[in-house]
Amino acid sequence: MKRRDFLKSVSGLAAGALAPTAPAIWSPAKADARSETLLIVSEGGPNNLDIHGVGTNVPGYEVSWNCYDRLISHEMKSGPGGVPYYDRDKFKPELAEDMKIDDMSVTFKLRKNAKFHDGTPVTAKDVKWSLDRAVSVGGFPTFQMSAGSLTKPEQFVVVDDHTVRVDFLTKDKLTIPDLAVIVPCVVNSELVKKNASEKDPWGLEFTKQQTAGSGAYKVTKWTAGTEVVMERNDDWVSGPLPKIKRVIWRMVPQAGNRRALLERGDADISYELPFKDFQEMKANGKLNVVSLPFSNGIQYIGMNVTKPPFDNPKVRQAMAYAMPYQKIMDAVLFGLANPMFGAAKDKPTEVAWPQPTKYFTDMEKAKALLTEAGYANGFETTISFDLNFAGVNEPLCVLVQESLAQLGIKTTINKVPGANWRTELTKKEMPLFTNVFSGWLDYPEYFFYWCYHGNNSIFNTMSYKSGEMDKLIDGARIAAANGDTAAYDADVKGFVDLAYADIPRIPLYQPFVNVAMQKNISGYEYWFHRRLDYRAMAKG
Amino acid sequence: MLTLIGKRLLFAIPSLIGVVIVTFLLTRALPGDPAAYFAGPAATKEAVDQIRKKLGFDKPLIEQFVRYTSDLAHGDLGTSLTTGQPVAAELRNRLPASAELTLLGLVVSIVIAIPLGVLAATRPGSWIDHLCRVTTTAGVSLPVFFTGLVLVYVFYFRLGWAPAPLGRLDVFYSAPPTVTGFYLIDTLIARDFEAFRSAFSQLILPAVTLAIFSLAPIARMTRASMLAVLASDFVRTARASGLSPGKVIVTYAFRNAMLPVITTLSMVFSFLLGANVLVEKVFAWPGIGSYAVEALIASDFAPVQGFVLTMAVMYVLLNLLIDILYGVIDPRVRLEG
Repeated sequence: MKRRDFLKSVSGLAAGALAPTAPAIWSPAKADARSETLLIVSEGGPNNLDIHGVGTNVPGYEVSWNCYDRLISHEMKSGPGGVPYYDRDKFKPELAEDMKIDDMSVTFKLRKNAKFHDGTPVTAKDVKWSLDRAVSVGGFPTFQMSAGSLTKPEQFVVVDDHTVRVDFLTKDKLTIPDLAVIVPCVVNSELVKKNASEKDPWGLEFTKQQTAGSGAYKVTKWTAGTEVVMERNDDWVSGPLPKIKRVIWRMVPQAGNRRALLERGDADISYELPFKDFQEMKANGKLNVVSLPFSNGIQYIGMNVTKPPFDNPKVRQAMAYAMPYQKIMDAVLFGLANPMFGAAKDKPTEVAWPQPTKYFTDMEKAKALLTEAGYANGFETTISFDLNFAGVNEPLCVLVQESLAQLGIKTTINKVPGANWRTELTKKEMPLFTNVFSGWLDYPEYFFYWCYHGNNSIFNTMSYKSGEMDKLIDGARIAAANGDTAAYDADVKGFVDLAYADIPRIPLYQPFVNVAMQKNISGYEYWFHRRLDYRAMAKG
Repeated sequence: MLTLIGKRLLFAIPSLIGVVIVTFLLTRALPGDPAAYFAGPAATKEAVDQIRKKLGFDKPLIEQFVRYTSDLAHGDLGTSLTTGQPVAAELRNRLPASAELTLLGLVVSIVIAIPLGVLAATRPGSWIDHLCRVTTTAGVSLPVFFTGLVLVYVFYFRLGWAPAPLGRLDVFYSAPPTVTGFYLIDTLIARDFEAFRSAFSQLILPAVTLAIFSLAPIARMTRASMLAVLASDFVRTARASGLSPGKVIVTYAFRNAMLPVITTLSMVFSFLLGANVLVEKVFAWPGIGSYAVEALIASDFAPVQGFVLTMAVMYVLLNLLIDILYGVIDPRVRLEG
């Protein structure tokens, strides 16, 4: 899980203009190279090519996804607007050619002809070493593995050269999905061990700089902060051979320039543009713009329930009625999001997440609730946001500030630098803030476990604690593991209802991931990690 | 001469030590916890502590400082957390990019500004004087990133004359083998003329952007200094002796007007080198300015310290060079330690 990609809103000059349709001029040899090369431009690049590394950033995940194989992956289904969308419930083999799930273990048979980039065959001991590595290195990878109850090296057993068994510690519905995320990638153990040292037994320094996997692409050149060049691995057997031979990924910090590059036809694909640009590009129809909702993600306003005035549920409800929902949708997001408010009064709660609340902007009701709570004259508070996402957060907070002022609530806006945001979140002292949470694993109980459970994880930013809520969340997890659908549905409906009645955090909208590409680029797929999968893409 | 240079360098040592201490303390005083930042959004408290330990930030400040200085003594500037590369290597790779751009920008600027200043001084009140005034005012009042964006918009996006603002080389050319780090020189050494052309065309817009910005101080200083010199006695004497106006202006007046211009040049150069962050951002230029700013945003200590230190060393060297140049231009100025 992670925050959404950078969408720093630096409005460029290019906004609002139509480019003359002059194609770029290439010499014939270059034109050939160009038709087989995908040129990606984005704001940030990877800081580490290995997702197991210390502090690997989100762009680094994209490299790992395309350059390493996992045992299994997800099938695609048709998503919103007909765009291929990963199917949460269907798995397909990747390095494994067969998967057999038993009561307390799962057995994988590996492809016999799979080879690492250096030509050594992929064996069961590589798989074990890689999974051991993921649960042992600490930090994010270990944490992600534990989300699927994968915590101990003993769980991974080499049966024979091409068979691996993963033993379950407990029954957990998330174990199999967790083996299909980016983290449990298979690393060339012999090669990495040769380059490991006593201080660095897992060879993290080595894999930071180069890819040592069996994936469809390999990194041939990486200049940090400037570009990543990836070449296709022609011996790849874990899927159909990709059509794109070469991927050049350039970092272009200026959003306006990224748009200019796209509109001039020099770059093939880009994300991380301001919403306004995406909306305009969508409207002028020269490029293919894909907007898809974040799976299991919500932007919300959180309130610290341990301190007055937000310890009073009446105040929180008043806040939920005071949010300028529609204004945020129109003025901040230019419509590129799913509203998470204003559901019809009689609409039954669904077994789904995210789903809209029944709150809508109603200042009268907010005022009444506030008076009832004893804050007829309002109060003073501070709303905080992460400056890394200022493009969305800043206008959003200004709108909230304006709206709250009508209730006599004086709000100061506190801009927190990106480097400091997580520290602030961990402290759990901010009274009012906006943030996004989005889970890689798309299950309601997963979201609620992190965001509402009384074990108070970093994402329970509101410090919300409720015995009833914990019971419902734990109940849903157990019911899911045992396949008890009726109990599961009841628990999910129960915790959604409770979360919306108690309203410690006010859902605003489900954000969209926006990708703009040339018309001749096909094969874009939405993945839970929201980065690009080059393997399915084609040009021309 | 050599002893004088040595003496000057010795005097620079205390200030460099000061820079080391101050940057170390300043970066530590920054808000934000790099361990929390790099542990990722999903990290637990234990994970953050684990990372802090791995990065050595759990040690007392003084111990961190000792380790930092001893690494420094071995030429190790530490490793950047954001890019994952050793800082020294990155600075070495990125400095030539910034230097090439800045130098070219400065050359363009000098070629335009000095003649403009001289002409404006010799014909005060004429159209060329007004032209000088307008250009310099415009140049100094337009922010660099704005000029850069306008140039990209007009010459790349609308007209399509300039190449895509994608850094130092077109995407499909590979960089020449590194000799000097300056692509214009390295491509020529490698006899790769196509790459030379590409590198040169990539350089034009950012260099012009910098030139427009730095035009003002150079042209104004040239004009002012020339005016003062032209009004002095020895010029009157030269004119009275019947020397040609060209000889008077170029040989007598200009040389004497050079000193303040050189000082301005050195200031402009060092200023440009550090301040072209915005130009680097606009043109996706892999220089040191954008590197340092990105590191600063992420509370990434090592690159910031490395950057400040490099800049300090460059200032010292630049000042030394300027002092030597003074002696060459004006024999009355003697280097004294």
